[in-house]
Amino acid sequence: MTDLFLGADRASESEAAAVDEALRSRDVDPVVRPETERLYTSGRARRAERRHYLLPALHALQNAAGWISPGGINYVAEVLGVPPAEAFGVASFYDLFRTEPPDHDGDTFHVCVDAACQIAGYDDLAASVRASGGHVHLGPCLGQCERAPALFVQGVGGRPDYVPADAEPFELPQAGDPSLRLLRRIGVADATSLESYMAHGGYQALRRAGEMGAEAVLEAVAASGLSGRGGAAFPTGVKWRAVASESGRPKHVVANCDESEPGTFKDRIVMEHDPFAVIETMTIAGLATGARNGWIYIRGEYPLATARLQGAIDAARAAGLLGDDAAGTGHGFDIAIWRGAGAYICGEETALFNSLEGFRGEPRNKPPFPTTHGLFGEPTAINNPETLLNVLDVITEGPDAYRSRGTERSPGTKLLCLSGKVGRPGLYEVPFGTTLGDLLELAGGVAGNGELQAVLMGGAAGSFVGPDSLDLPLTLEDTRAAGTTLGSGVVMAFDTSVDMTDVVVRIAEFFRDESCGQCVPCRVGAVRQHETLVQMQRKGSLSPARRALIDEMAEVMVDASICGLGHTAASAVRSALDLGLIASAPA
Amino acid sequence: MTGAATVTETAVTITIDGQPVEVAEGSTIHAACVEAGIDTPTLCWAENLTPVNVCRVCVVELEGSRALVPSCSRPAEDGMVVQTDTPRVRHSRRMVLEFLGSGVDLSQAEDLHHWMDAYGADPDRYGDEGHSVERVDEPVKIQDELYIRDYSKCVLCYKCVEACGDDAQHTFAIAVAGRGFDARISTEFDVTLPDSACVYCGNCVGVCPTGALQFKTEYDLREVGEWRPEDQSVTRTVCSYCGVGCNLDLHVQDERIVKVTSPSDHSVTSGHLCIKGRFG
Ligand SMILES: Cc1cc2nc3c(=O)[nH]c(=O)nc-3n(C[C@H](O)[C@H](O)[C@H](O)COP(=O)(O)O)c2cc1C
Ligand code: SF4
Ligand code: SF4
Ligand code: SF4
Ligand code: FES
Ligand code: FES
Repeated sequence: MTDLFLGADRASESEAAAVDEALRSRDVDPVVRPETERLYTSGRARRAERRHYLLPALHALQNAAGWISPGGINYVAEVLGVPPAEAFGVASFYDLFRTEPPDHDGDTFHVCVDAACQIAGYDDLAASVRASGGHVHLGPCLGQCERAPALFVQGVGGRPDYVPADAEPFELPQAGDPSLRLLRRIGVADATSLESYMAHGGYQALRRAGEMGAEAVLEAVAASGLSGRGGAAFPTGVKWRAVASESGRPKHVVANCDESEPGTFKDRIVMEHDPFAVIETMTIAGLATGARNGWIYIRGEYPLATARLQGAIDAARAAGLLGDDAAGTGHGFDIAIWRGAGAYICGEETALFNSLEGFRGEPRNKPPFPTTHGLFGEPTAINNPETLLNVLDVITEGPDAYRSRGTERSPGTKLLCLSGKVGRPGLYEVPFGTTLGDLLELAGGVAGNGELQAVLMGGAAGSFVGPDSLDLPLTLEDTRAAGTTLGSGVVMAFDTSVDMTDVVVRIAEFFRDESCGQCVPCRVGAVRQHETLVQMQRKGSLSPARRALIDEMAEVMVDASICGLGHTAASAVRSALDLGLIASAPA
Repeated sequence: MTGAATVTETAVTITIDGQPVEVAEGSTIHAACVEAGIDTPTLCWAENLTPVNVCRVCVVELEGSRALVPSCSRPAEDGMVVQTDTPRVRHSRRMVLEFLGSGVDLSQAEDLHHWMDAYGADPDRYGDEGHSVERVDEPVKIQDELYIRDYSKCVLCYKCVEACGDDAQHTFAIAVAGRGFDARISTEFDVTLPDSACVYCGNCVGVCPTGALQFKTEYDLREVGEWRPEDQSVTRTVCSYCGVGCNLDLHVQDERIVKVTSPSDHSVTSGHLCIKGRFG
């Protein structure tokens, strides 16, 4: 490319040092270093072969100075060969990056304003942080909905990010329940110790997979009927088979740990308390698909999970469980971690690839699909951590035993994130087919005034159901037939004391804030939808014409948007209107 | 990308609105529509740029696909059955145009006007009883004597970014910044063009479909109500500055050159020029 034009601004010493350090640590990473050299020398038509370092470099700048300064951008642009206008375009995409000088000193206190925290009084939390001199930034779900209202502290000047609640002791509501499968090591095994993981059955599945060979693993996963837990429920066996059948190009396994669907916190708890299981199952995915490179893309607001996963990778590598001959399987596999920076859309798989590669987190048009054109345009198996976790049982006990739980069309167990007005919010595991009512009972029943008004299923991208749905069996097929979804496993309860209009208006605002802005139906539709609801809230009613307009807007978002964000942006809103949870008739 | 099958290429046949159409393998559904004589609105697509498929005004119904698909980028595959004029297609096209018109000034996006009429788009129906509708409202950026940027007319079609970057100029002076409705075409930190990497090739102006980017000559004439395309003559010439041989179309009004373009199908330029031809 032509020489970069850089303005006169120069980075401060601390900014430059922070970027240098971030890049140095990448350059010794066993995945990133060889990958970078490959991209650099393979003659691929990428403009900047080190562009995938952009996100880590921007994190370094933000942490060093509290914002991404013009001098900082110029420094990064020069070191990585990225045009400054593009680097700015990327920086300005993310919530955790500021592109204006901060008007405060010190750390930033991110307070969640989404549903669970809304009804738990986030404003009191924000007020108390402000009273003690902290700078508050109100933002979307922080993935701590079970301990709402939630707080995440973004450090500055070299201080690390942290979550105050991580200092509290952790207990699983179902601790000690012998029927637990996916959660059986959580709170039992020491998450920071490979020996402890091994002592609780760890790495038996990888060893077994090595003996079985890739073909048999692919067959077992297909036979298990396992489907994706990230929201779309795509058959995992089909995905892995498609990647395995690609040849001649490098391949990748990506764990989608971006977990930003409001109401969802399951992956965080798994990563924090069973990190080796994520590493082991990614390695199995690498073995089965023939991919050598593993990538974990984790949301930036999960510092503890990030540290635990890094600890697990380091320990596994030191023990030969990652590397050129992972666990003696003969297959080379290693894993690198990438931190997101505050963007719900980056959980969409193709936006995630763009984000990791150093571009704006804008989804790509599909087809082509990730199995042929994923990360760096190469074949990629991308999975949610919960999906991966299921593979342990599929391998060790075989598909038939695995299928003994759940239903014929929804085999296995499901992690469910209980929050809102329930007695014991937290992460639960039940076999598919458990009814919604039984699940709520398990979680201590409806809290607040005890009278159930509605349940939000599947998160902001999901839909509300009413108290008449307590008999609904929680399976993919039954929820679909009932017009709702399990989505990412959100079950958020509201008692009759909650003003649902506030909740629904906030959901509409969430989509308005989180739309990447690329396509017209979602960029403008999400804004118009929110405006229409705000107006309804002011007037206390929604005229039939405005109600029809909401449906018209929903139709184009569903039909013509590029990605799932636009496709689902009207779903919860419409379900709330249909159930009469919010004003619907003229007053 | 475009065009009918020739004898040497593999052909695919798709059905559009009940009519079989044969196109070369790799052609888009949009190219097949052109081949079949079916007029299709486009906004972010241009024959000299890589499709970004973001505006969604060109969507069509594809049998077997749950959502509508963008015709401008979706390759035609043998046996596809496509509908271009169903209620769903008309609804989505109308809403896209309406959404755009509700947020930005489309008065100079002339190519869109007849489609807005055809689909009955009514951008004004979003505001209601004191209910305010967010619009892109920004002062016009006039930072030099060559061209102006008026982002209150910008539909975010990405064409200027592509023309400045990978698809023509390789200068990368501008990119999309921000997110969602706040996304804007911008230099780094919104510095002025003279302070940016811009080399004033004018290629971004050449591809802008809405008048958001405009030559200063045209802008000044429009401001005083003297922009009269009907009184302009266009003279084709070859740029004499260097030996490349770019075709230039000189638009002349009142014996004054008011705009310079290059035909987008020209083999040398693909519609793109440099500062010498464009402003020289
Ligand atoms: C807006 C949006 C956000 C998403 N966020 C996530 C996420 O945070 N985690 C996740 O696993 N999948 C997410 N997905 C789904 C992914 O695109 C993809 O389907 C999933 O990672 C595939 O893994 P699975 O098959 O194991 O579920 C999201 C999808 C959309 C449209
Ligand atoms: S649907 Fe929304 S989030 Fe998805 S690509 Fe379009 S604008 Fe971006
Ligand atoms: S005039 Fe040329 S260099 Fe300047 S922004 Fe436009 S396309 Fe880029
Ligand atoms: S300025 Fe013009 S070309 Fe650029 S994105 Fe906006 S409308 Fe498109
Ligand atoms: S952390 Fe507040 S809703 Fe999830
Ligand atoms: S012209 Fe096809 S999406 Fe814009």
